[in-house]
Amino acid sequence: MINFQYARANDVADAVRQIATDPTAKFIAGGTNLIDLMKEDVERPSRLIDISRLPLKSVEETADGGLRIGALMPNSDLAWHPLIEQRYPLLSSAILAGASQQLRNMASTGGNLLQRTRCFYFYDTATPCNKRKPGSGCSAIDGINRISAILGTSEACIATHPSDMCVALAALEASVHVAGPNGERVIAFNDFHRLPGNTPQLDTNLQPNEIVIAVELPAQGFAKNYSYLKIRDRLSYAFALISVAAALELEDGTIRQARLALGGVAHKPWRDAAAEAALRGQLANRATFTHAADLLLRDAKGFAHNAFKVELARRSIVRALTQAAQATPQSQSDKKIR
Amino acid sequence: MAQASKAKRSKNPVPLPDKFSVAMTINGVETKLAVAPWTTLLDALRDHLDLTGTKKGCDHGQCGACTVLVDGRRINSCLTLAVMKDGASVTTIEGLATEGALHPLQQAFIDHDAFQCGYCTPGQICSAAGLIAEGKAKSADEIRELMSGNICRCGAYPNIVAAIQQAMGKMDGKP
Repeated sequence: MINFQYARANDVADAVRQIATDPTAKFIAGGTNLIDLMKEDVERPSRLIDISRLPLKSVEETADGGLRIGALMPNSDLAWHPLIEQRYPLLSSAILAGASQQLRNMASTGGNLLQRTRCFYFYDTATPCNKRKPGSGCSAIDGINRISAILGTSEACIATHPSDMCVALAALEASVHVAGPNGERVIAFNDFHRLPGNTPQLDTNLQPNEIVIAVELPAQGFAKNYSYLKIRDRLSYAFALISVAAALELEDGTIRQARLALGGVAHKPWRDAAAEAALRGQLANRATFTHAADLLLRDAKGFAHNAFKVELARRSIVRALTQAAQATPQSQSDKKIR
Repeated sequence: MAQASKAKRSKNPVPLPDKFSVAMTINGVETKLAVAPWTTLLDALRDHLDLTGTKKGCDHGQCGACTVLVDGRRINSCLTLAVMKDGASVTTIEGLATEGALHPLQQAFIDHDAFQCGYCTPGQICSAAGLIAEGKAKSADEIRELMSGNICRCGAYPNIVAAIQQAMGKMDGKP
C-alpha cells in the first residue's frame, strides 16, 4: 500500500467538493474492497476521503410505497432490516448469500454497487489487464477464465461484476441516487453498471466527481414468489459461478409479472427483456422456464474454462424460477438445492 | 526487474502526512495513539498496543483470524483503518475474560477441543461472540453459514460449532 493523505467529509456537499479538488482521491466507506485493492497496489489513491460518518444510514418509506436506503447502510443491517425482510426478501437473501458476516458488517450499500471485479488478472499487477491498465491487454481471454463472463463480453475484457446484492437490486428495478457538483440525479439500476466494450476501466456510469447517496426500491417487492439461487465452488463465502434472482407475480398459475437477473455471467447484473416477456402471460411450468432460459442465453459464449457455465446458467434459471413459482425460495443456510 | 519496480513508483510522490491522533476504548480501557492513515486497526492493535492476541492471517479479509468486535459488531480488523475508528469501542480476545473467569466461549472451546494449532482461535471466538450477540443463528446450519468468514486450516469445524452451541446456551444473547 502506498502512502496517502486522509480527510473526513463533513457532509455530502463537502464530499463532492473534496473529490473535485483531487482527481486521484477516492471515497472510503466500508473499505472492504478498496483497502484490499490498495494492499495489492491495484488502487493507488493519493487521498482517502472518509464518508463513513455521513448521515446516510437510514431506511425510509417513500411516497410511492417503496423504500429509500441510505448509501452507507451496512449490508448486514440492510439484509436483516424488518422492512426489507418482509417486503423485499429477495434482497435479504441475495445479501446473505454474499461475503461473510464480518464483511457485511463493514460493507456499505453504495460500496457494494461500486465493488470491483475479482478477475484474477485485475488483482495481479504483474499481468496485463485492460481494466487495471487500459490498452495493456486482457490476460483472462486466453488465461484462467473459469470465473469469467459468458454474456456481454468484449475483446478487451471478460470480467464479471462480483456482487450478489446488485443482482437482486437489478431484478427489483431499484434506482441509484447520486450527488455531484450540479446537484442530484437518479440512475436506473440497469443503466448504473456498464458493459466493458472498449473502456473496461469504467465499471459504472457514475462520474468521477459524483457520490452515491441512496438506493431506492419501487413498491413491488415480489415477497411471495422469489428465489435467489447462487451456485459456487464451495458452499459458503465464495463468489458466484452463476447466481439467479427470480421474482414472479402469479395469478392462478399464470405469470403476470416476471423478473430475472443473473450474477456471475457478465460485467453487470444481467437482465434480458425478451426472456422476461416470454414469461409473462404464460403458465408457470418447466416448459415456460426453459424457453425463457434459452432466450436469455441465446448469445452466451463460453471460453476455455467456463463453457460449462452456459448449461449451468440454463439449469439454474429453470431451478430458481421453479423455486419462485412454488414459493420455496433457496435457503442461504441450509444449502440443499431443492 | 529493476525497470518494473521503477515504473511502479509514482511520478508525484505524496508527501508523508502527519500522524493522526486516535482515541479508542480498547477492552474497556481508554487508549490514545498516533497513527499514519494507512495503519490498519489490526496493525495498531498488534504493533502499537502490543495486543498480539488478534492474529494476522491473510491480511485480505478472507480468513477471519483478525476478527475483533467494534462497537459490539464483528469485523475484519485487517481491512479497517485505525484512523477511521476514532471514538470506537474495540473488544479483542484479550478483553473477553473477566477477572479470574474465562469467557463462556473460551471455556466452551476448551471443553470441546475446538482447535488444533490455535492460530484462528482468537478470531473464531470473537466472531462467535458477535454471532451470539446478533441472535440470528439457531441451528448448526445457521452457525456454520454465519461463521463462514472464519477459516480453520486444521479443520476443527465440527468442534467449533459444538463449542458455540454450548456457549450460546449459557450466554443468553449477551456478548
